[in-house]
Amino acid sequence: MILQDSKTLLEVRGLRATVNGIEILKGLDFTVKSGEVHAIMGPNGSGKSTFAKVLAGHTAYEVTAGSVLFEGKNLFELAPEERARAGVFLAFQYPIEIPGVANSQFLRLTYNTVQAQRGKEELDPLEFDDFVREKMKLLEMSPDFLDRSVNEGFSGGEKKRNEILQMALLEPRLAILDETDSGLDIDALRIVSHGVNQLANKDNATVLVTHYQRLLNYIVPDFVHVMEAGRIIKTGGKELALELETRGYDWVAAEHQAASETRAAGGAA
Amino acid sequence: MSTVTSIRRPTAGYLETLLACQPQLPTSPLAWINALRAEAVNRLDVLTLPTLRDEEWRFTDISQLTKLSFSPALGATYLEAADIAHFYIEEATTRLVFVDGLYAPQLSSAASCGNGDSGVVVSNLPTVLASHAAAIEAHLGRHAAFRDNVFAALNTAFLHDAAVIVVPRDVALAAPVHLLFIATQKEVVSTPRCLVVAESGSVVTVIEDYVVFYQPRWQEEAHFTNAVTEIVLEDNARVNHIRIQREGSKAFHIANCAVSLGRASNYQSVSVSLGARISRYNLDVLLAEGAECAVDGLALIAANQLADTHTCIDHAQPHGVSRQLHKCIVDGSAHAVFNGKIMVRQGAQRTDSVQSSRNLLLTGKAHVDTKPQLEIFADDVKCAHGATIGQLDSEEVFYLKSRGLSDSVARNLLTYAFGAEIIERIPVASLRQRLGQTVLVQTTRQP
Repeated sequence: MILQDSKTLLEVRGLRATVNGIEILKGLDFTVKSGEVHAIMGPNGSGKSTFAKVLAGHTAYEVTAGSVLFEGKNLFELAPEERARAGVFLAFQYPIEIPGVANSQFLRLTYNTVQAQRGKEELDPLEFDDFVREKMKLLEMSPDFLDRSVNEGFSGGEKKRNEILQMALLEPRLAILDETDSGLDIDALRIVSHGVNQLANKDNATVLVTHYQRLLNYIVPDFVHVMEAGRIIKTGGKELALELETRGYDWVAAEHQAASETRAAGGAA
Repeated sequence: MSTVTSIRRPTAGYLETLLACQPQLPTSPLAWINALRAEAVNRLDVLTLPTLRDEEWRFTDISQLTKLSFSPALGATYLEAADIAHFYIEEATTRLVFVDGLYAPQLSSAASCGNGDSGVVVSNLPTVLASHAAAIEAHLGRHAAFRDNVFAALNTAFLHDAAVIVVPRDVALAAPVHLLFIATQKEVVSTPRCLVVAESGSVVTVIEDYVVFYQPRWQEEAHFTNAVTEIVLEDNARVNHIRIQREGSKAFHIANCAVSLGRASNYQSVSVSLGARISRYNLDVLLAEGAECAVDGLALIAANQLADTHTCIDHAQPHGVSRQLHKCIVDGSAHAVFNGKIMVRQGAQRTDSVQSSRNLLLTGKAHVDTKPQLEIFADDVKCAHGATIGQLDSEEVFYLKSRGLSDSVARNLLTYAFGAEIIERIPVASLRQRLGQTVLVQTTRQP
């Protein structure tokens, strides 16, 4: 929701980033305020997932220019774990499996680590068990998932639910969901979306990185951005997603190209 | 100019020394046992200790073993139950304890015919030799081939006592059986021997456990354990075999285990190597039609330890299933060796086999040699194998850090998990918990 008295959570200016020496992000601008839901769409290879990982602090990506402020602080001064504790959360496109570690153990460890850093109370295993079971109801997850190893043998939908469960536990200010909808059937999509919607409030914000408009029927965005070649080239409301679904992305790129040429011509005149 | 090459057997003297006290063994009342021993002694005339030039030993140098002299324990170290109670496994209601290779009845809790209606035997060899002569003669020394294996021959030459488990037809033993081998004396060679016979349709869980008892003022000293285990599964039997080697850090541990699976039987094994300066475990599993096995292992070693595991899973008949996950976590300048052969013989159609060797090196000096080996002589089979060696996966570390965990906590957790995946497969809760704790302690780094 777009609010009158919202605060700026994330401010990205002229962000450039490379991986293995190849520039993927080429001057990206992006602003998120509290209470808002943003969708970033765009063709494969446009840099959507790279952007999500750069925000979370993945070391494979090198930031070469630009700035990112999170609640007014320079995000790049924080290590990945510090970003998580400060309230940045990335739901992974491909969550990692950790055989040998029970999901309950992992969830409690991350929860207590973040709680301790925020000066809040940690929970012992019994207290945590009650707490996490409540959160699991939100995602219609069976308690069996607590005893299984982290993500091991989970279906695609179960992994994504487990990601949103972590989001529910860590209560981030800024949640970035990287292709959380891909590979989900309609039922799982409905459940995951319901969970995300329940977690949204006036103080936090959600960024959905997706290929498909379908997700946006369930999580309605305030803004839809089109990413192309490492930059956001168009921003609109939720109706833009529907237009993208029917017309594809080429027209946006063409329009952007034409606008740049006009600007260039105007500048020359 | 001509070169004269003298044929020398530098280790022959070593074997003779080891065998010096063999004639003092009491003669068995059963002629076939005496014959078995004599045959083993004869083979030791021909066999030599392996060197790095032997293909099967090319990564494992046992020359240090030959530089030390070992002899069998002359007398038993007297231990009170309280001394070793911390080794006990609470789920195990029967337990056989051997101290420096000698059976310790006062510490054991055996079961043999008479004190139970089920007919289950958990006892030492002399006690049940008469009552179960047929079952024992049919299997003891018949599965673990010693004719070409110097260590198995050495063990067989000293065959006198053994842990014997016989589970009668269709009996399912709920509680695990604990076979506890305790080393207490330096410069002692012990030759533990186990025989497990799971008759048709029976179920049993066996924990084979090698430990060191630190006497007061015990400094880490060398001892030598040379074990042989034979496990027989008759048709439809199921055996869970857990093997834990946690000997002292200067010990030499060499073991041969031969498992024979009958039709549609199921063998599940988890072996964990933690101790010993040099350890070598040979596991041979032979599958009959429709038999299934899972053969998993973990070597968790540090400092200058060497842990070598050689396995051979032999699909001799059709429709067999085998699963193997072997992991090594290598710290310090330790060296892990894995050689896993999967044999699919001609006619063993519809064999389904998956083998994986995964290795984690914690330092730049840690070393792993791994060699998965498939030998397939049938044409309708499903076999997969693979090996990985490396450091922790950076994507996994990032995942955990993105959830707020510090770099050191993330790395510790992943290293622990790497080992815990094997420990989790142990079907005995207290042991699983205890070993999980061991893995946790050994893999935790302070930031």
